[in-house]
Amino acid sequence: MGVLEDKLPDNILFTNVDKFLNWSKKSSLWYMLFATACCGIELMQAGASRYDLDRFGAIFRASPRQSDLMIVAGTITHMMADRVKRLYEQMPSPKYVIAMGSCANTGGPFFKDSYSVLKGVDKIIPVDVYVPGCPPKPEALIEGIMKLQKKVMEEKNLVKK
Amino acid sequence: MEPKQIYEILSGKFNGKIKQFVENTFPPSVIVEPDSVVDVCRFLKTEESMDFKSLICLSGVDLKEQGKMAVVYHLGSMNHKHKIAIKVELDRNNPHVQTVESVWPGANWYEREAYDLLGIIFDGHSDLRRILMPEDWEGHPMRKDYVYPKQYHTWDV
Repeated sequence: MGVLEDKLPDNILFTNVDKFLNWSKKSSLWYMLFATACCGIELMQAGASRYDLDRFGAIFRASPRQSDLMIVAGTITHMMADRVKRLYEQMPSPKYVIAMGSCANTGGPFFKDSYSVLKGVDKIIPVDVYVPGCPPKPEALIEGIMKLQKKVMEEKNLVKK
Repeated sequence: MEPKQIYEILSGKFNGKIKQFVENTFPPSVIVEPDSVVDVCRFLKTEESMDFKSLICLSGVDLKEQGKMAVVYHLGSMNHKHKIAIKVELDRNNPHVQTVESVWPGANWYEREAYDLLGIIFDGHSDLRRILMPEDWEGHPMRKDYVYPKQYHTWDV
């Protein structure tokens, strides 16, 4: 190694393909502008200058076709559930989902006997990270995104699934 | 104007169509025959001394024990600062009442909500569709004898 490194300029590094791909994926988790309830306010807070999600490479996109991450921020009703599913299907792979707040996790305060609320977004789309709270603070959402980044780093890209 | 006075004026004008005055509700309410509710509402809105320009709320009530459905109209006047509730009682098995959309256009969505959740039919309504539940939902979920479905589309409720 030493012989080769001596011959190369300073800005060349060695790594493996999985690590490199995962690193690029986790450093550009663009999330979709999508909020259905009060968790959306905390999501906006997390994106604004005080908590600044941009420093994790997570910036918002207004279109599902340009997003890698869907943060389901808020209550999902049966009426909205079909639309959530369609938005998720419009996102290009690789795609990830964070369920933010009690409503998206389990239905939250609407869990018992609500006729209109979906009891957890994992009934319709696969969820990678659950962030508890009602609503979660921006710090909690940022931890959720860091957990997701950790998960992305463990992916194997070159193995047949 | 006091609600009692409003009741007396109404029962003088609409003879036999005003059934009862209930004082212990807020605001005090007047029970009206279903077939004359539009006339009563138009009178309350246009009469100078009443001036109920604002329909604060329109809601449906399921009175299962009495075999009835009710529609409650909460009215308010910005100028005279008085309030009153108009109530109509309908047959629970076939709840039909005339729409008051022609009096207050804002009644449109309130009536759609009462239709969606309780199944009260507002005759003459311009656009009586569901407003909160999905369009292919079955039943009216705020009825007291409503049974929740096990499944909706591909997921369980």
